[in-house]
Formats: sequence, C-alpha cells, structure tokens
Amino acid sequence: MKKSILLSWTAAAALAVGLAGPADAEIKIGSTLAVTGGASFLGDPEARTLKMLVDEVNAAGGVNGEKLELVQYDDGGDPNKARTFATRLVEDDEVVAVIGGSTTGATMAMIPVFEEAKIPFISLAGAVVIIDPVKKWVFKTPHTDRMACGKIFEDIRKRGLSKVGLISGSGGFGKSMRQQCLDVAGSAGVEIVADETYGPDDADMTPQLTKIKNAAGVQAILNADFGQGPAIVTRNVRQLGIALPLYQSHGVASKSFIELAGEAAEGVRLPASALLVADKLPDSDPQKAVVVGYKAAYEKATGEPVSTFGGHAYDAFQMLVAAMKKAGSSEPAAVRDAIEQTRGFMGTAGVVNMSATDHLGLDLTAFRMLEIRKGDWTLVE
Amino acid sequence: MSELLQFTFSGLTVGAVYALVALGFTIIYNASGVVNFAQGEFVMLGGMITVFAHAAGAPLPAAAALAVVATAAIGILLNKLAIERARGASVVTLIIITIGASIFLRGAAQLGFDKQLHRFPSFSGDDPIAIAGATILPQSLWMLFGAAVVFAALYLFFTRSLTGKAVLATANNKLAAQLVGIDTDFVMALSFGLSAAIGALAGVLATPITLTSYDAGTALALKGFAAAMLGGMGNPFGALVGGLLVGLIEATTAGYLSSDYKDAAAFVVILAVLFAMPQGLFGKSAQERV
Amino acid sequence: MRPLFAKPISAKQATLLVLLLLIAVAPAFFPSNFYYRVGTLIFINGLAVTGLVVLIGYAGQISLGHAGFAGLGAYACALGPVHLGLPPALSLVLGAVLSGLLAWLVGRPILRLKGHYLAIATLGFGVLVSMVLANEAWLTGGPDGMAVADLGLRGLLKSAGIKVGNAELWYWLAGLILLAGAWLALNLKDSPSGRALRSLHDSEVAARTVGVDVARYKLSAFVISAVYASVSGSLLALTNRFVTPDIANFLHSIELVTMTVLGGAGTVIGAATGALLLTALPQVLTALQEYEHIVFGLIMMLVMIFLPDGLLPSLHRLLRRRVS
Repeated sequence: MKKSILLSWTAAAALAVGLAGPADAEIKIGSTLAVTGGASFLGDPEARTLKMLVDEVNAAGGVNGEKLELVQYDDGGDPNKARTFATRLVEDDEVVAVIGGSTTGATMAMIPVFEEAKIPFISLAGAVVIIDPVKKWVFKTPHTDRMACGKIFEDIRKRGLSKVGLISGSGGFGKSMRQQCLDVAGSAGVEIVADETYGPDDADMTPQLTKIKNAAGVQAILNADFGQGPAIVTRNVRQLGIALPLYQSHGVASKSFIELAGEAAEGVRLPASALLVADKLPDSDPQKAVVVGYKAAYEKATGEPVSTFGGHAYDAFQMLVAAMKKAGSSEPAAVRDAIEQTRGFMGTAGVVNMSATDHLGLDLTAFRMLEIRKGDWTLVE
Repeated sequence: MSELLQFTFSGLTVGAVYALVALGFTIIYNASGVVNFAQGEFVMLGGMITVFAHAAGAPLPAAAALAVVATAAIGILLNKLAIERARGASVVTLIIITIGASIFLRGAAQLGFDKQLHRFPSFSGDDPIAIAGATILPQSLWMLFGAAVVFAALYLFFTRSLTGKAVLATANNKLAAQLVGIDTDFVMALSFGLSAAIGALAGVLATPITLTSYDAGTALALKGFAAAMLGGMGNPFGALVGGLLVGLIEATTAGYLSSDYKDAAAFVVILAVLFAMPQGLFGKSAQERV
Repeated sequence: MRPLFAKPISAKQATLLVLLLLIAVAPAFFPSNFYYRVGTLIFINGLAVTGLVVLIGYAGQISLGHAGFAGLGAYACALGPVHLGLPPALSLVLGAVLSGLLAWLVGRPILRLKGHYLAIATLGFGVLVSMVLANEAWLTGGPDGMAVADLGLRGLLKSAGIKVGNAELWYWLAGLILLAGAWLALNLKDSPSGRALRSLHDSEVAARTVGVDVARYKLSAFVISAVYASVSGSLLALTNRFVTPDIANFLHSIELVTMTVLGGAGTVIGAATGALLLTALPQVLTALQEYEHIVFGLIMMLVMIFLPDGLLPSLHRLLRRRVS
C-alpha cells in the first residue's frame, strides 16, 4: 500500500520535472503579456512588436556589443499568473529588465516583485495608479486614462458642448477610466448627466443607451472601454438613431474597431497617438519618421494592421535600449537611473521626458484627436 | 412605453442568443447526463469558421453551411476519440473531459484562426425596424426565428421520432436500451453531432450581433448553461423559455435598476426559482434509485 | 516499548508521511527561488482542493462556486488591516469565520438541490460574490484590485534572529498549513461523522434510512470546504501582496474542481496530486508557446480517458496489479 502510493507519487511528480533551466545569453530582457485571453488584442501586438525589435537589434549587433535575449510569457491577463511569471523572470531567468503587464491588474500584481528584486519594469497598461504615486523601479509608456478623459472633454468643450452621457465597460479598463473621467469632469467644465455600465461579454447595450438618450440635456456620449463592447455600443447608438456626437477611448485605437462597427463608426471621435494617422501627418511633424518607420516595419513583419498597443511596446523597448546604451551597461540599477533620465525621447505616443517625479513623461499634446471618416482615421484640426 | 418596448427588444435579442446556446446543451444531456462544457466552443467554431470561409471568398450561406457541417464533424470526433474511449467513466469524469476539450478547441482556434474579434454581415442588413418608438435589428428576428425552429425540431425529435426516443432511453438506462436493440454508440455519436450543429447554428446566427473571437465560447456557455438550468435541463421548451427569460431579466434590470448588477439579477432569479422548484421551471423530477 | 514498524501504518499516516517527505525534500532540488513560488502555489491550491475532497469525495456533492469563498478570504486579508485595523493573520481567521457563516446560510437552501442544479446554484453564488468584488470599487478597488498588507511573519522571525527568504518562508508556511489541513481532513474521514458523510456519497436514500441526518452532514461538509477555500484565498492574497476579483472568478472554481477530480476526488493525496499537476503543468508548458493551451487540454482529456478515477487512484490500481 505505502510502496505503491510512493511509486504513483513519483510517477506524478515526474510530470512536474522539466521546469528546465534556460539557456545562457548575454542580456536577458523579460516580458509577460496578455498574449491570450480577453486582453489579447493588447498583448498580442505587444508581444509581436518585442520579438520583431529584438531580432532587429540583434541583427544590428546588439546593445553595447552584447546580444539581447527575450524571455516572454503569456499571463492571459490574469494577475495571479502574472505574479508567478514575474517571480520566474526575476529568480529563474535572471532578467535585467522587464517590459509588460498588458493590463493594470497584472501590472499592479507584479510591482512588489520588481520593487523587491530591484529590476526596472516598464508597464504597458493604462491606469494612472501604476505611476501615481511614483514607484522607484516602475515606469509606463501608454497615456493614462486620466489624460484620455482630459483630451476628450477638451474637444467636447471646443464644440461648445458640456453635458455628457457616460457609458463604460465594467472591466478594469472601463472602470478605471470611468472613475478618472468623473474626477476630472468638474475641472474640465463638463457635467456627467448619465452614468451607465455594461459587462465585458454583453451583446446589446440598447437599454443603457436608451436611458442616456432620455437623460435631460445630454449633448454627447462617451464610451470608456476596449474590446468588443465599444463596437457594439457604436452599432447600438446607430440602431437607436441617436444623433449625438460619440466619443470612444484610446482603448479602441486599432483598425479592427472600424471594421467591427462598420458604417456606425462614421463620425466617432477618439484620442489616440499619431501612429494611426502616420501617413497623413505633415512631413514637418517631428513624430512622422518614428511612427511611419514602426508602422511599416510592424505591418511587414506581421502582415497585420498596426495598433497603438504594439506602439506602447515599441516605446518601452526603445527607451530601455537607449537607457542601456546611455548607461553603458545592462546592470539593473544603472539602467533604471538612465530610464529615469530619458529626455526628449520621440516615441509612438509622443515626446517623453521622464523625471524622478514623473515615470510616464508624456503630456496631453502627444494625444491627437481623431475622427473616423469614410472608414479611416483622420486628424481633427 | 417605448422605453419598455426597447428593453424588451434588447432582452429578446440577447435572450435568443442564450436560448440557442441552451438548446445545444439538451441533446447531449438527454443522451448521457453530461453537461458539455465545450458547447460554447461549438458556438465559437460556428461563428469563426463562417468568418474565415466567407473571407476566403465563399458566399455567406455556403460559409454558414460549411461551419455547421464542420462543427458537427468536430462534435462527432470529440465523441469518438474522447467520450467513447472513456466508456463506463462517471459523469463527473466525462464533464472534466469536456472541460479539457473546451480548452483544446480554444487553443486550436487561436492557432488555426487568430486572436482578433470578427464579424460578418447581417443576413438582412443593419437597418433597424422601428416599432412604436423602439427599434430592433433584422438579425435579432433571424435569431428568434432560428431559436423557434430549433426548438420545434427538437420537440418533434424527442416526442415523435424513434431515434429521439432511443436517445432518451439511452440516458434513462443504457444497458436496458442496449438490450432492446438500441445502438447506444450511434445514439451518442448522433447526440454530439446534433448538439455541435445546433451550437454552430447559434454562432452563425448570433455573430453579426455579438461578434466572435477564439475565446468567445466561455461566456456564452456560462449564460446558456444558466438559462438551460432555469428552464429545466434537458427540456427544449425549458431551454427556449429559460434563455429568453434570462435575456429579458438582464435588459429590464439594466434599464430600470442598475446596469452594474444586471447579471447578478439573472442569477438571483435563477437561485430563487431553483429554491422553489429544484428541477427548474419545466424540468422533470428525478427520484434517486436505491 | 512499541517497535516502530511492528504493524503496517494506516493510510492516513502514510498520506501524511508522503506529504511531509515531499514538502521537506523537494527544496533540495530547487535550482532557484522561483520553484519555492510554484511550490507555494501548489500547497495553496492543494489546501482548497483538500476542502473539496471533503465536499466532493466524501459527501458526493458538487460546487462550482468555491472560488467565491476564496475571494472572501482574500479580500478579508486585504480589507481587514485597512478598515478594521486587524493584523493580517487575524483577518485570515475573520475571513474563514465569515466564509463558514455564509456557507452555513446559503448552504441550507442550496444543498437541497442535486447534481447539475446544485452546480448552477453554487456557480450563481460564486458569480454574485465576484460581481460584488468587481463592482464595489469604493471598497475593493474594483477589477484592477488592491494591495494587501504584509503578513509580518518574516519581520517577526528576523527580530528573533532567524533570517529566511520571502519565497522560502511562504513555501514552508503554506506547506505546514497544507499538512495541517490534510491531517484534519483525514481525521474527519475516519471519524463517525466522516463515515456518515461517505454514506451520503453512495446513496442519500440509504443514508437516510439508517438514520443519518442527511441535511446536516451535507451542510457541515459544505461549511468545512468553504473554510478551506477561504484560508487558501487568504494565503494567496498574503503571498501575492495583491488581490483582484479574478480570484473569485467561476473559472477559478472550475479549476479547483478539476484539480480535485483529475487527481482523484476520493483521497486527500490524490487531490493534492491534482493540484500539483494543474499548477505545475502550465509552467512546464510555457516552452511550447502558442501550443500551450492545446497540449494542456489534451493532457486533461487523456488523463481522464485513461485514468477515469483520477490520476492517483488509477495509477495506484495499475501498480498494485503489477506488484501482486
């Protein structure tokens, strides 16, 4: 009895073996992203971008004479998995820096690991809590949801409107952006006259939109979410014949939103980086070279249209490489200091000026207001 | 008034999706007592295969037909390669096999297709039909029509056809069914094929409204399962009513109470119904055999 | 004096001995601290699964909502220190008490249901809990989660002159708690209550006929398993120092049940094997990249097809057949 239990245990335990040690490399960069799962439309282009860039850098001889190795995991957007992979990156893979965390939940779960291990960490998630308050080893590249709210409200005020009906997804992104929009509405001179939500898998939002339509004095609708929700909301707005201006967030900044929402997307506005309108930028625009270059490289390497999400990974990677070059080493503490000293870096999201008190380094000017016309992005002047 | 009508249209639209998914659960459940956790993946495959076949140039009806047939084949294969091999295993073991199958199919779809959201055109365009100040999309009517047809077909199948009765007999007592000459292997293969086909049909009808992606199955299966249990598992009428009811509860809760807790409202109603009627609204009561 | 190996040791002692040996010996083969983390997760999952052995394996009831109790335990540890000023360890106890109470309350009506109806009712309960955790952002931080206070044990040990790494400390702590949980569950199995419970598994009607208070025993199994799940959730929150509503997600419930059945629902050691397999496997499969999910699903199916009673009981039977 006892013997056979022991034997079967050994057999079962044998399955667990194979957590084999990784091969040696020069400079190891870690990454854990939501390559699958509900946030995969963020994590997938991010992962592809990193792979592409590492190959590119290695083909050009690496950094400081050393080749890069990318250790990449798929956390599916699950914070608990992300936490485990963070530990694995630090303890087992012994990486010198980490890019990733596609979602805010996964990012927040990983922060204690990197703070304790003293490894620089550049997050690709949206919420402002990641860098406010500032954490010594944590940076991020995407605009915050707070900035998106500010940009949208600015545009609404420019149109002479002020009463906004808010409809947000109940996932992390929508919930966080909803809170930020409620917070900044007052100072932006905007009044939120309706506040509705829907679940991440919902297929019809006409009840919520009917309520917004009937809200007293509503002049514009703002939808804070990413994924399938915004496409359905946009279609539902058209179905109900609501003629108010519709604003989406930076979370829908990929071509697939236009495809999914179809004709209903006409006239929808959203704040996004210049990446989506790379070809339409005037040649005098200082950002043009960067965004056109990345767009062309990404679309050639993957055969898929570029999205701003991959751009976040591009910015993070380029900043990291620049920091390593500047520090002349890949030693984590030196790299961290160099990232914090990033000044005038031109990325897909805009010009980055980091400091000890600002681990994002972007301002509102980097955000462009886009409008969808004839199935394509156009710049709102 | 037009408000209530709009909430009702919304509820019927969403409810039709749930009902179609719930109907897919009934046959496999009736034949084997197994709740098939991969049912949502059948729905996903129906949508995804149509999307990719359509994108490859097939006309929409042909793409949809291909999706239904291919998914039915996958259902039969699942039965042949997994369920049939586990002959004699307990119901719980079979359920875990279907969970494994759902993870497998999701992974395969992620590899074989992609990770993007997809949609194909509605059957009759996207111009809403206005009735008394409320609007409904033609595709919603297609879904309701589809759910009604599948229900009627299932009802006739189980009550009128010999094969349908053989399915019920197999579930009731497999050995006895074999003794009276029922080919229980065939019945199982048929159940998986039909369930998968119904699931795929649900995906074909719903995708223009719900959109689809490789991982769309889990959420659909959860709601479809809940709807089926509300109506009474195994009863096609229960699946239809349960699905529409869950949709209507969600829409009216979102409209009149709180959109935050509309899913909660559906589950609270389900719990309340089950406490009063432990077999669901239209389920048959089963006595434990000693 | 009694000779040490005079009579063969009982299955209970064997189980505990095997667990103890594995927990104690495994670190000798750990190439890095990351393995302590995986070990910790295995033990934490193993604890929840041990609770489910009482519910599923002994009493024959199903639950697809136990992640809800894990969520309660986790958020008790997150909120207790902030709002009540409780130390994290006491918050864990508070979470366990609350979970037990809630299980007792909802268990009464829910456990009258059978089979799939019980499954959907418990699933509904779990969905409600995770929905409250995600929606009430003012309290819980919403879907993006909230930070959890440090347990403080490491500092305590440090001041007592014992220096131990964080990862190692959690490994030993979780391992010890799993051992204690397994010991309790095994004792229960051999007690008169345990025998009454297991009589439910075979036939409720028969159990009732011989005078077993069926409702009471079902309820107690439900409460016990809820407490196990709650403690497991608390430990996860404390070791992660961060928690999100994902912990109460119904997929987590299904994962726990799958671990229980895959390893072998009838025994504590079998279920622990399930926790080991399903926790370690994804870490092994990362090497396969995009094939990870396909292979994971395939392994689940294959185990259940070829070892239908669960990994351990089936292997056990095969080996015994060969030995004899």
